[in-house]
Amino acid sequence: MGMEFVALSLPPLLIGLFAAVACALPGNFLVLRKQSLIGDAISHVVLPGIVVAFLLTGRVAAWPMMLGAAAAALVAVVLIEAIRRLGRIEAGAAMGVVFTAMFAGGVLLLEQSDTSSVHLDVEHALYGNLESLIWLEATGWSSLLDPAALATLPAELTRMAVTLAVIGVLLWLFYRPLKLTTFDEDYARTLGLPVTALGLGLVISAAVAAVAAFDAVGSIIVIAMFICPPAAARMMTNRLGAQIGWSVAFAALSAVLGYVLAGYGPLWLGAQNAVSAAGMIATVSGVILAVAALVGPHRRG
Amino acid sequence: MLTDALLLNLGYNATLVTLGAAALGLAAGATGTFLFLRKRALVSDAISHATLPGLVLAFILMVSLGGDGRALAGLMLGAAASALVGLLAVSWLTRATRLAEDAAIGAVLSVFFGLGIVLLTVVQTMSAGRQAGLESFLLGSTAGMLFADAMLITLGGVAVLACALALRRPMLMVAFDPGYAETQGIAVARIDLAIMALVMAITVVGLKIVGLILIVALLIIPAVTARFWTDKADRVVLLAGAFGGLSGYVGAAVSATAPNLPTGPIVVLVSFALFALSLFCAPGRGVLASGLRHLALQRRVHLRQGLLSMAMGQPVYERLTCQMLRRRGWMRADGVATEAGRAEAAATLRDEARWQALRASTELSDLAVRDDGLTAVAEVLTADQIAQLDARLRGPREVGA
Amino acid sequence: MHGTLELATQDGRTARDGAEASPLALRGMTVSYGDQPVVFSVDMTVQEGAMTAIIGPNGAGKSTLLKAALGIVTPLAGRATVYGQPLAQARDRIAYVPQRASVDWDFPTEVLDVVMMGLYRELGLLRRVRPRHVARAMECLARVGMQDFADRQIGQLSGGQQQRVFLARALAQGADLYLLDEPFAGVDAATEKAIIDVLKDLKSEGKTVVAVHHDLSTVQAYFDRVFLINRRRMGEGTVAQAFTAAALQATYGGRLAEGQIAQLALDA
Repeated sequence: MGMEFVALSLPPLLIGLFAAVACALPGNFLVLRKQSLIGDAISHVVLPGIVVAFLLTGRVAAWPMMLGAAAAALVAVVLIEAIRRLGRIEAGAAMGVVFTAMFAGGVLLLEQSDTSSVHLDVEHALYGNLESLIWLEATGWSSLLDPAALATLPAELTRMAVTLAVIGVLLWLFYRPLKLTTFDEDYARTLGLPVTALGLGLVISAAVAAVAAFDAVGSIIVIAMFICPPAAARMMTNRLGAQIGWSVAFAALSAVLGYVLAGYGPLWLGAQNAVSAAGMIATVSGVILAVAALVGPHRRG
Repeated sequence: MLTDALLLNLGYNATLVTLGAAALGLAAGATGTFLFLRKRALVSDAISHATLPGLVLAFILMVSLGGDGRALAGLMLGAAASALVGLLAVSWLTRATRLAEDAAIGAVLSVFFGLGIVLLTVVQTMSAGRQAGLESFLLGSTAGMLFADAMLITLGGVAVLACALALRRPMLMVAFDPGYAETQGIAVARIDLAIMALVMAITVVGLKIVGLILIVALLIIPAVTARFWTDKADRVVLLAGAFGGLSGYVGAAVSATAPNLPTGPIVVLVSFALFALSLFCAPGRGVLASGLRHLALQRRVHLRQGLLSMAMGQPVYERLTCQMLRRRGWMRADGVATEAGRAEAAATLRDEARWQALRASTELSDLAVRDDGLTAVAEVLTADQIAQLDARLRGPREVGA
Repeated sequence: MHGTLELATQDGRTARDGAEASPLALRGMTVSYGDQPVVFSVDMTVQEGAMTAIIGPNGAGKSTLLKAALGIVTPLAGRATVYGQPLAQARDRIAYVPQRASVDWDFPTEVLDVVMMGLYRELGLLRRVRPRHVARAMECLARVGMQDFADRQIGQLSGGQQQRVFLARALAQGADLYLLDEPFAGVDAATEKAIIDVLKDLKSEGKTVVAVHHDLSTVQAYFDRVFLINRRRMGEGTVAQAFTAAALQATYGGRLAEGQIAQLALDA
């Protein structure tokens, strides 16, 4: 049992957990700034980013693709902002224009290029393949202490752990100015805070989380984790610090419960095969949000 | 080849798809306008993603009842049902909790989509043989579209368009000013619901051709594009319909010319091209035009302020102002006013004095709102009225400033 | 012709006197939204140690002028100096109280937290909050009579209480110049009294106060000086000098009833 769990379940479980938390952290500020849908936009434009990276480098490798995705996210954010300001278009509509067009471009490029030999398709970008991220060398819990075995951990796990750490540190470092600019932007400006740079930095770190996560878990949980855990946490408390704590707990719960339900739920119901873990994690986060919205102590303002 | 496609000479299927896409684009463009003007464009994103679970459930249901599972009408019905649930969830979250609409939209779209993906994996394991290719509804697929499907799409599009046109007055009033619409006896909540229902209908109709991820583009992009060309709401609707229809027609035709040009993305990219063109080139709201206008405004402000400073013998502080005064030949390199500059400065100062007199005069002071610092009195008053003001200026000073 | 020249020149000169030492001096400030200036070529020289009201009709550019002075909006032309220095070098000397409605009061934070924001320039990113910082924030809350609300969620406050919290946050900055945007808009009488008492205290400490003000009937009771604006600068001076029937007529045009003007000016 131990061996099977450590080899087959632990890595995807941890990857899902780290991805969920890494997205939920910046999500708190996105929700408070009424920019939740930036997460939606970012996760759509990841597709053209990875396709362009593939076309440029000719192979499916993690780093070029992550760079491509990050670049696409940046392009999208800049375009949205430019269209909003220059064209005087409401933010939501500007987002709708940009991410759909970029996504369409990504699909077209994908169709045009020869990707038959590599694992690169729209479905993969949308809902990832968490279940396949297994740790073949693991023989049991003791493998966690064995350097040779540890070296064979799925690269996604290391990447996601590093991303989570970076985002956590950035958030801790910039907590005060982020809180201040989110609450009262004009006042923050009079204190000399670099308001625009902070806003952009937040969006970029959200993009980094999204890009690191999509490879393992796909875009769809990325959007769900940006929004659902922070939104549910909003119903639980009136303090920002506590809200962030709740959102981390909800994200972790969604990831673990979602993974377990996807893997074992169908078996309990007598079915043969597991269902999509990414989809199930998003679904669980939605159930948590619904419960919080129904009974959360601070569900109304 | 492209000419053939545009002239509908590429065969039966291509013609069906092209006409269907044009009808869809037209209806989506016009309908999306109401959503855009209501500043709720991205609600359509929640609606479209929320169709997925219903779509898959409808398939499962139809199969378990012994049917084919791929009947488009049945799938559309299921999609509509779950989109409605998604829509209700968005409005419940915004009404009953402290969440803003953007968070509610994002939550609903991701959770419903996630649930849809779970159900899709269930279908994949149900019986591999009957795998329906439901994934094609994510991005749309026009290969092997049946005549009945095309008719359904075209008729659906036309029906939605007809409803949208019939309801355009109340919908525009609500979009423009819900508070006022309420006082005019319009049931705002009900009209909002009508807008959403039409958007939902279009989404469902468009699933087959452009897919649920990209249908949002057809609802939003034409409306945003049209907005650049006119300030009149009903014209925005018409133009958006035209842009949408054109994108659908051209996009589908282009996609018919080669095998790996998927219809949905091409339609979206054509409509984005129209948008980009409008963003830059539209007169009035276009970036180029408003950029030029802004530069002109800046120039006028600096010149006017520079001339006033010169007239009052004060130094001109700003470098940009000095540059402009020099370029006009109104200031020498050493900062001293030229002859022409002094004349111009005196004229500017006279204009300022006239505005001041106008404001003090009982009969003309209503016109003071026209004074934005740049408008000359001569643009507002007749020669007679100006003469009257000048008489006041020459006469004894009555009001201290 | 000569007469008109003199008329305008006088106006200009009074505005530009003593610019060097002034807590806030604006020169040729023009701000536009879209294609029209909403503030045109405004000069303003705030007098140190005085309480100045910026008055003018709705849409006259009062708040915009304040925001341009603070660098919140970028002017099309003109410049601002604070105590003779560019704004960026004088941020420690200036405190801003924005309009209450400009923020989302449902934000998850508490009263004391908001006041602590006023200490940001001192605390920076990571410096630890010491008891003396908390004590100072509490003291500022006490000055506006809100010490009992320190732990309250800000969404639970009344409009007047929210306004007082904003004022306390500005007090925590320990600035020399206070710029307030409609501090009395939509507040209860007790709050109005509390706020004006604090502002008068600040004045007696030698601080300078500038407030966008709406209620013409309280101008004389509350302020020493007025600055009249309706897109342009329409007048500036002590209440006795500048708060006159003619100036009000010129500033408000037909928007103020004759009788109203007569009464206000009579009081002056």
